[in-house]
Amino acid sequence: MKKKTILSLGILALLATAIVYAADHIDAPGVTGTSSDITDYYAFQSPENNSNIVFVANLQGLLSPSASTSAAFDENVMVEFNIDTNGDAMEDLVIQCTFKDGMVTAYGPVAPIATGTSSTLVTTGTSVSTNITTYGSAASIGSEGGIKLFAGPRDDPFFMDFAQYGEIIGGNASSFNDPGADTFAGTNVMSVVVEVPKSMIGGSGTINTWVTSNREQ
Amino acid sequence: MKIINNKIWMLAAALLLSVGFTSCSDDDDEMPEMPVNYAQEDQMGRPAINTVFVSSSMKDNFNTTAPSAQGAAYQAAFESRLLALNPNYSTNALGMDATTFTTALATDVLSVSLDGTTTFFDGTNVLTGRALADDVISVELLLIFGGPDGTANPGLSDDNVDANDKAFLSSFPYLATPW
Repeated sequence: MKKKTILSLGILALLATAIVYAADHIDAPGVTGTSSDITDYYAFQSPENNSNIVFVANLQGLLSPSASTSAAFDENVMVEFNIDTNGDAMEDLVIQCTFKDGMVTAYGPVAPIATGTSSTLVTTGTSVSTNITTYGSAASIGSEGGIKLFAGPRDDPFFMDFAQYGEIIGGNASSFNDPGADTFAGTNVMSVVVEVPKSMIGGSGTINTWVTSNREQ
Repeated sequence: MKIINNKIWMLAAALLLSVGFTSCSDDDDEMPEMPVNYAQEDQMGRPAINTVFVSSSMKDNFNTTAPSAQGAAYQAAFESRLLALNPNYSTNALGMDATTFTTALATDVLSVSLDGTTTFFDGTNVLTGRALADDVISVELLLIFGGPDGTANPGLSDDNVDANDKAFLSSFPYLATPW
């Protein structure tokens, strides 16, 4: 009992001042509520083809269905999938996605012009384009050279009892409920999904990957 | 001398001409004429890292720090945060002590296997990717609160939400249609 109290106080003291949202939803003041806020990142072997990897970047979380009808990608924001093939946490390949005039274009995978927090669009490699899928429409899928591309509103695949987490942090509860309640149920995100052959991103072994949102200068 | 001058002028003209043609060709292809440059605003590797481990005042800074520089800049703060979250932390189910665990976390990249199963944790494979259905929050809560055998703090080591509220698709783009 005493142990539990100490633990709860520790959590309270620690997180009372933090802005706590789940996964990466609204994680920081500089991007919260903006068109460049990344909510989540996924990377997994394609359920359709064992030779492919799927990258998923979600932005602009907690969209209601009505808000989703008018949600849009920012034409000044480029979403970059970073791929490190040699374990030094520096990108060796990038897939860069831009949004213009209702179209999404993915450039790469291609070696970046510069690594780090500044990026330059690399237009010399492979690229694939398709319409940005609008709310209520069938998914528009681009396909070129073995690469597939989708961009548009989707159900937020993230799930968590964030509300109860908040109660615990706030000192109003000492544990999660069983069953819990998914705070993200019924909400949407703006998704970018790219599927690429493994042969284009190292072939075998392990890669490190991360996604960034980047504003045009 | 005059001949040399003429040659220089011809060379200059040729260069100008080629630049002109390049520009025209670019226009025809609707390619950007000038390099398009961007500055990073947000970043994410593993789920919930910035949310849980970075203090409020440093969250934007974390988002604009390259992963290769994050370990040196953030490991110590992550370790303090972990021990504040769970003062009784010794090791977790992966056998990692506080320093080892936070060293792994502070460089916020997602490891992905190109050789088979890709999952955050499926009971066998650990950190070989992140699939849509992975219960990543419960995995992280377990690693923070569950102790060496996963049985400590049972009320905090699982949020008891184990699946998404919509079924995923079996074909591209895999994510469910919006609500």
